[in-house]
Amino acid sequence: MLWFDIISGIVGGLMLILAFLAINSKKLINSVLLLSGLSMLAVVAFVMLKAPDVAITEAVIGSGLVTSLFVFTLLSTRKEAKK
Amino acid sequence: MKKLFGLILFMGLGVLIILALNNTISFPKFGSVDLSDRVADAYLDNDNVSEVGSANIVTAIVVGYRGFDTLGEVTVLFISALGVAFLFSFKKEKRLDLKFKPNFMLKHGSKLLFGIMLVVSLYIITHGHLTPGGGFPGGAIIASGVLLLYLADDKFRSNIKGFKVLEGVAGSLFVIIGLLGLILATSFLENFIASGTVGQLLSAGIIPIIYVLIGLKVGSEIASVVDNFLTEEESA
Repeated sequence: MLWFDIISGIVGGLMLILAFLAINSKKLINSVLLLSGLSMLAVVAFVMLKAPDVAITEAVIGSGLVTSLFVFTLLSTRKEAKK
Repeated sequence: MKKLFGLILFMGLGVLIILALNNTISFPKFGSVDLSDRVADAYLDNDNVSEVGSANIVTAIVVGYRGFDTLGEVTVLFISALGVAFLFSFKKEKRLDLKFKPNFMLKHGSKLLFGIMLVVSLYIITHGHLTPGGGFPGGAIIASGVLLLYLADDKFRSNIKGFKVLEGVAGSLFVIIGLLGLILATSFLENFIASGTVGQLLSAGIIPIIYVLIGLKVGSEIASVVDNFLTEEESA
């Protein structure tokens, strides 16, 4: 039980740090990749809480589909100069 | 003034939410719920396994006991796909150009990977009543494979008409199976096939059939949404 508490604390803390970095990063592409890492840590948390069904869905949608859609959108938009 | 009003509203809502979630009758304290006076107890009871026949308890609830809610969930997805198709429908469509030129390795490697993804998704969908997973994640994996093909090949265009037909057929069959339950048994979406041995691939009555249909429907729906996002109006 002690190890469970320690590991869940580490995972939760890393998730908070990644979310903070994703909001504050200067480049949008870094933000998207940090969000993908956040989803991956959420998968670990779901598996630890014994919810493998939710973990599979999160892995597919959160870190697969959404990340690739964001990356594709970033590739097909261009930066506009500040007025 | 506007900001002050917003702050007061925000604080009030926060206090309201905390009061509502804090140890009332409908939201007891975490871990102190007595399961014996809730309906979940019957779902989790080991004696009732033969009633649904699904080894995976989540699937037993999602498709077995609460099949009608799943039908509503699929309908929500259908409406969102319909909205996207309505927004992005043009007379003359062409595929969105990629900013980079995909090389030979990327093009053919992605096709190889697409086959593996398809096999994994079929495994997840057909074993939905035995192992974690099921129709929704499996369908999302199929759609991710289609998105991969779009990203890795600048000439690729999927057969979108076929996806639409598949989606319609799968959705109608779902409702038809539900109506068959009404005719052959007593209620809508009732398990009218014998559930068989728990743990076998061919068991749990209509649950695997419904999950395959949900997987096909979700996969084709998200794939058509992806196609809608990645096409644009052709400038004549």
